[in-house]
Amino acid sequence: MTENTQNAGGEPILSLRGINKSFGAVHVLKDVGLDAWAGKVTALVGDNGAGKSTFVKGIAGIYAFDSGEYRFEGKTVTVNHPKQSAALGIEVVYQDLALCDNLDVVQNMFLGREMRSGLTLNETAMERRAQETLAGLSVRTLKSVRQKVSSLSGGQRQTVAIAKSVLWNSKLVILDEPTAALGVAQTEQVLQLVRRLADNGLAVILISHNMNDVLRVADSVCALYLGRTAAQIDARSTSTTQIVELITSGRSGDLGLPPALAQEAVA
Amino acid sequence: MTATTVEAPPAPPAPARSQRLRDPAFWADWAALVGLIGLTIVFQALNSTFLSYGNVQSILVAAAILIILSIGQTFTIATGGIDLSVASVMTFAACAFGWAFTQGWALPLCMVLAVVTGLVFGAVNGALIAKGRIPDFVVTLGSLSAASGLALILADGKPTTVISPFLLKFSTRGIGLFGWTFLLAVVIAVITHVVLFNTRFGTHVLAAGGSPEAATATGISTARIKIAVYTVSGVLAGLSGILLVARIGASSPAADTTMTLNTVAAVVLGGVSLLGGRATIVGPVLGALVLTVLVNGLTLVGVSQFYQPLAVGIVVVLAALLMRFQK
Ligand SMILES: Nc1ncnc2c1ncn2[C@@H]1O[C@H](COP(=O)(O)OP(=O)(O)O)[C@@H](O)[C@H]1O
Ligand SMILES: [Mg+2]
Repeated sequence: MTENTQNAGGEPILSLRGINKSFGAVHVLKDVGLDAWAGKVTALVGDNGAGKSTFVKGIAGIYAFDSGEYRFEGKTVTVNHPKQSAALGIEVVYQDLALCDNLDVVQNMFLGREMRSGLTLNETAMERRAQETLAGLSVRTLKSVRQKVSSLSGGQRQTVAIAKSVLWNSKLVILDEPTAALGVAQTEQVLQLVRRLADNGLAVILISHNMNDVLRVADSVCALYLGRTAAQIDARSTSTTQIVELITSGRSGDLGLPPALAQEAVA
Repeated sequence: MTATTVEAPPAPPAPARSQRLRDPAFWADWAALVGLIGLTIVFQALNSTFLSYGNVQSILVAAAILIILSIGQTFTIATGGIDLSVASVMTFAACAFGWAFTQGWALPLCMVLAVVTGLVFGAVNGALIAKGRIPDFVVTLGSLSAASGLALILADGKPTTVISPFLLKFSTRGIGLFGWTFLLAVVIAVITHVVLFNTRFGTHVLAAGGSPEAATATGISTARIKIAVYTVSGVLAGLSGILLVARIGASSPAADTTMTLNTVAAVVLGGVSLLGGRATIVGPVLGALVLTVLVNGLTLVGVSQFYQPLAVGIVVVLAALLMRFQK
């Protein structure tokens, strides 16, 4: 994996090496590695079933990895539960299960971590912080933070889910296909928001299918191929063609998995 | 000379009231209140004693138990569940009260026993549903039977007289129009309203009911929420057991079969979604009043008792139909 990593650019905040994860007899992640840096967007790409969501759930502690090295801010850490990743400052926006439709924006942003005064909720303080956070991300599309999430558009939902993830002084935000269900204009808004998170100093990992999106906002691209890291490369020195080759065959020129491994994976 | 004043753009037409009234969602949200007003007008027209001081007083007292049980039911339904055991647990709690009373326990201890009985039943219901992963209606149907059986065994099938001046005053006196038992129901309604809408627990109940996956991903334990709501329902059933003893001056193991269905009816009438995630306390309280008024009014205008369950059934199905228009 190391020889495939072409990123210079300081110490990564998150560094994973040799990660393995099986579900019963199914070996989903094989010696996977990834780096992510503060202030940068790292795209995680790969075909359907390549293992992206599994990888992210492992990083978040929803699953425990079977083996491998998990380093955060230079230290080796153990993450087996979502609370542990949250304590490190890692927040994940999941593909579909991000928000409660029947609750409003404020309730969703603070769900599980509500602010209280005495026994009851401190609604004023929560409303204020929700508004500040949305303003800090230059989000102006929401009419009211007291709107029910069910009344929001797809783009607004993603915006709220992302705002929720940065509410907690997080250091690393992982987004699992945030633009998958969105139209052109809304995709544009969410991508700008993703870029802004990195510009504010956060490390961002963006999972996406769309190569245009990836090359527009990513600084680094990590391609998974059938549960293996094909390569992690600098976004400025790559092209759509190269990424597509890495995704579909695990190799591109002399970059990627050794021919033997790429073949074995298919067999 | 031409006018030089610039005409102000016409104000956007305010949604006309008549338009709002034609929107079925409006009626769905306010079904219980509309029903209450409608029934009051009809019964008052048919019998002028309906709105007399004494009759209103007795309606409110009669509604107390149903209100309290319906509030408990609201919590379980808010999580997408249902508690079919409320009335049986209330009966068993009443019998536990009667048993302790005949053993010579002090009155406060008898009351504590009744509440604890409800609490234990509720907690067991919740634990079986959450940890045992058995459907709500199966578990609580089992509890319904178990609680009725235990009541019969404990009371040996016979009613126990409970003579207590305190309980007698509690069930017959009050402040003006409002009997103590009704006032207790109101206090419970206010407290549970605050719990549902102004506490972390209440938010988590609605989250777990409306979007269990999202709630779990956020770190909320839906299992703990389930156990908690069934415990709330059990505690309120235990409390209702005390009111039941106070009302009839005895504890009886005879099952009240319609009461549980009436709690579900009150909750549905109150606009609470049976799918979970959408609930109020005011709604079911009004729903319970509608059902009580219905029974009281029918009796007052001389309709045979046999027609009452039928009337309740029709009202509930109508309300459920109206619910489909809810936004
Ligand atoms: N809980 C699970 N049990 C068994 N197999 C799983 C589980 N989760 C994912 N997989 C398998 O792991 C592979 C990778 O899935 P996933 O991580 O969702 O891929 P991606 O997000 O890249 O589309 C798929 O073949 C999938 O069937
Ligand atoms: Mg996926």
